[in-house]
Amino acid sequence: METPLIEFKNVTKRFGSRTILDQVNLKIYEGQISTIIGKSGTGKSVLLKHIIGLLAPDEGSVMFRENPIGSLKKSEWDAYRVQVSYMFQNNALFDSMTVYDNVALPLQQTTNLSKTEIERRVMARIEQTELTEVAYKYPSELSGGMQKRVALSRALVTDPTIVLFDEPTTGQDPIRKNAILAMIAEYQRKLGFTAILISHEIPDVFFISNRILALYNGKIVFQGTPEELDEFEHPFKDEVIQSLEGFQEELTGLYSQRHFKVRYQTDLSRKRRDETYAIALFTLEELEAISNVLGHTSAQEIIRALGAYIDKHFGAVGGFSTRHSINEFVTVLPYSDLDEAGRILEDFAKDFQDRGIRDIESVAQKESDSTECINFTILAGLAQGKPFVEMESIIEFAKFRQEEIARFQCELRR
Amino acid sequence: MTSNSHDQDPGENEVTGQPGTFLTRPFAGLGRKVISWVDHMGAATIFFGKACIMIFRPKQIPAIIQQIYYIGAKSITIIMLVGFFTGMVLGLQSYHALVKFGAQGALGTLVALSLVRELGPVLTAIMITARAGSAMTAEIGIQRISEQIDALDTMRIDPLKFLISPRIAAAIISFPLLTALFDLIGILGGFLSGVVLLGVNAGTYFHRVQSSVEMQDVTDGFIKALVFAVIVTTVCCYQGYFTHMRTDSYGAKGVSLSTTSAVVLSCVLILVADYAVTSFLI
Repeated sequence: METPLIEFKNVTKRFGSRTILDQVNLKIYEGQISTIIGKSGTGKSVLLKHIIGLLAPDEGSVMFRENPIGSLKKSEWDAYRVQVSYMFQNNALFDSMTVYDNVALPLQQTTNLSKTEIERRVMARIEQTELTEVAYKYPSELSGGMQKRVALSRALVTDPTIVLFDEPTTGQDPIRKNAILAMIAEYQRKLGFTAILISHEIPDVFFISNRILALYNGKIVFQGTPEELDEFEHPFKDEVIQSLEGFQEELTGLYSQRHFKVRYQTDLSRKRRDETYAIALFTLEELEAISNVLGHTSAQEIIRALGAYIDKHFGAVGGFSTRHSINEFVTVLPYSDLDEAGRILEDFAKDFQDRGIRDIESVAQKESDSTECINFTILAGLAQGKPFVEMESIIEFAKFRQEEIARFQCELRR
Repeated sequence: MTSNSHDQDPGENEVTGQPGTFLTRPFAGLGRKVISWVDHMGAATIFFGKACIMIFRPKQIPAIIQQIYYIGAKSITIIMLVGFFTGMVLGLQSYHALVKFGAQGALGTLVALSLVRELGPVLTAIMITARAGSAMTAEIGIQRISEQIDALDTMRIDPLKFLISPRIAAAIISFPLLTALFDLIGILGGFLSGVVLLGVNAGTYFHRVQSSVEMQDVTDGFIKALVFAVIVTTVCCYQGYFTHMRTDSYGAKGVSLSTTSAVVLSCVLILVADYAVTSFLI
């Protein structure tokens, strides 16, 4: 069994007579994105502040690599703290400092790096988070989304191995929310840090999370993968997940995964055992490259545009779709067999090559002033479904059969 | 649910009507106030001590220079203005008192000694409290409630080193210099009202100033300025730094109350310390 990087053992925290955390037990594993979900005011931020030592437990202990952080020697504590970075819910930026100074502050104050080296590192982070043009502006002159990105830059500038994100997407529009989540996922992949998130963005946050931890009435009631959460039966699911997960996914306007499954089950229950239907899986390839060239916001705009295009085309023939992962869409064609679905997909591919890519290109260009080339590919695969076959295995089969249906190479489309 | 005994109202367990309760309650209240006051005094002393040690840590010079600019350089105008009119009114009042004894020639002595020994350090400290001390409390208080101080902690930057030490060092440097400026401008103000407007001989005025003010007077004034610098910065920074611990109010209201408390407490402590230091130095 893998040793957890951080573990809470029977942690209890009280403020006055109010018990916020009640015998909390949880495990965070190295190199993963773990997301803590729960209702507002249930102690998620309190939990996070225990990890960085801003709060100490009244009972129990917080362990780092099996050592209680409360009993670490000063040198060990310093070594631990060097590895941890925290992004505050309200950003906690210094409003009397420019963006550059905010990001540079931890390097200036806690390292002996030269001014040139600090400038190089800071500007690299500022460029990565698309803040170059506002580097010498003050936080009050920036939008909420930009302030978030400044806080993100500051959290990442010291190259931490553990990053704590306290509701990083609060107050953002759907595009920005997904852009921030995509940014976190991308940096986590590139830099390999362990990310611990607090988020209410269900289901968007599931796309980037390896593990979900559910905090309910002061206790962790679930720890596991987003897929395992589907099988989890607890009042938490009704009270929190279902209330947070809307009917439609915010970014694309498609069905949320839960409602997609409900619709799928409903449609399936009307079918006879010998009736078939088709499932199509679409994948937007090179999403990371798009983010690198055009920025995360443009990448999310492209996902939104692709989702809308799929919904428009397949919705007209009775199909319904959902976002399956960060760059995948699943469409069910309940009234079509594989042949008919193939013809519909051919029409879609032709239409998409003729008009769809141009639309997406204009969306991307509107959001970005980058003059660099972008290349991306759309893959699609079809599989035949039967009422008694698990949807996930049909999707897997569709994935196996995926082939390129459209490609964008700068100005050259084919 | 477990209850924390510290959060209970101490009066909660008292049995109403118990003999002696009515008489002892005021003393209990007074006792609580005294304990709280001693508690804060102890905390503020530790706060100041820790911040003082941090002054000598690396990378502090630029921050101290920046604070000298805010506390010292930006207070020059107001100090000159107040010093000038204080000297003028001192010259005016003293002239009319001295002229009754035919001693108007001693105007220079009276104005200079009053300013150098007493009015200079006290009024300078009070003016800096009003201008820079209140700003310190408000700025640090806002940084506290907006989690900027917590953010420093998470970045492994000691908030005492980053926020408090430079202010204390800057105040210790600025207060005596501003006091000297106040004294000088005050003497010129006394010259304007006494010599230019009321006709005291200019040579007599400056001769008396020069002959009556000794180095000891100047040193005593500077000692007072240093004591006031410590009091003002400690009180103002402490109030801002612990604004989140207030039990009477939270958020922006808490910051405003902390600022008011800082200014009032600083002014009172300046006068109390003035008496204590004067009686010690005389």
